[in-house]
Amino acid sequence: MTENRSNPVTEARRDEPVLLPPVDIVEDDGGITVYADLPGVPKDKLNVRADSESLTIEGEISLGLPEKMQAVLAEIQAPRYRRSFALSRELDTEKSEAVFKDGVLRLRIPKVEQAKPRRIEVKVA
Amino acid sequence: MFPSFFAPAGDLFAELDRLSRDMQQLLEGMPVNIRAGRRGGFPALNIGHTPSSVEVYAFAPGVDPSRLKVEIHKGVLTIEGERASDLPPASDKVNVYANERIAGSFKRVIGLPDDIDPAQVEATYRDGLLHVSIKRRADAQPRRIAIQ
Repeated sequence: MTENRSNPVTEARRDEPVLLPPVDIVEDDGGITVYADLPGVPKDKLNVRADSESLTIEGEISLGLPEKMQAVLAEIQAPRYRRSFALSRELDTEKSEAVFKDGVLRLRIPKVEQAKPRRIEVKVA
Repeated sequence: MFPSFFAPAGDLFAELDRLSRDMQQLLEGMPVNIRAGRRGGFPALNIGHTPSSVEVYAFAPGVDPSRLKVEIHKGVLTIEGERASDLPPASDKVNVYANERIAGSFKRVIGLPDDIDPAQVEATYRDGLLHVSIKRRADAQPRRIAIQ
């Protein structure tokens, strides 16, 4: 179990269908940046949890559907997104920063200072 | 109850049913919407009908609303736009591990019912969701006729 049970507000039930949000993941010398598409999720229904071992992104779609609506096409068939990633030790989740705009989450997780690359001199024996 | 976009939680049989219908269509070459690919496209669409309107929800995250074009012409709704890539230019300083998000221009076309009123359309963009609400013509509404 990698999930933290302390936030029941947007916690999904295990058997509930969920959508897997598409992501872009980029690493540079300073850390890792994750971009995730979560269209239809208002800011207060987004839940990003990270500890030293894992990252979980979860969001609930809010459409504000009119009454008496009959669905004729549904390409999005679950009301919730969820995706988890395993993290490694050199990432400093305490210092991560998240921005959520127009349904796109941008999460930056920096590396701990000593994990940033150092060039290792190769000596000729 | 009206059918909803979202299948009830954990409805395995509904999912199996959908899968078998998809398979059936593949095998028998049954007709599908001429304007949709096998699994739709970008943005993903949910469409609903109410007695007085047609509601279109397009899941288009990270799009500048000023570059989003929504048009109704001859009973066909077109949603067009462009999304910039968030990936940095390739270099040996950067590793890209996942590139699943669609970038570039997109377009989706939706056939509308005959009774819509192209003059009464409202489009809003919020949280990466484009909602287009098109009213049906008043004269097309069901009217109870009094019996003399």
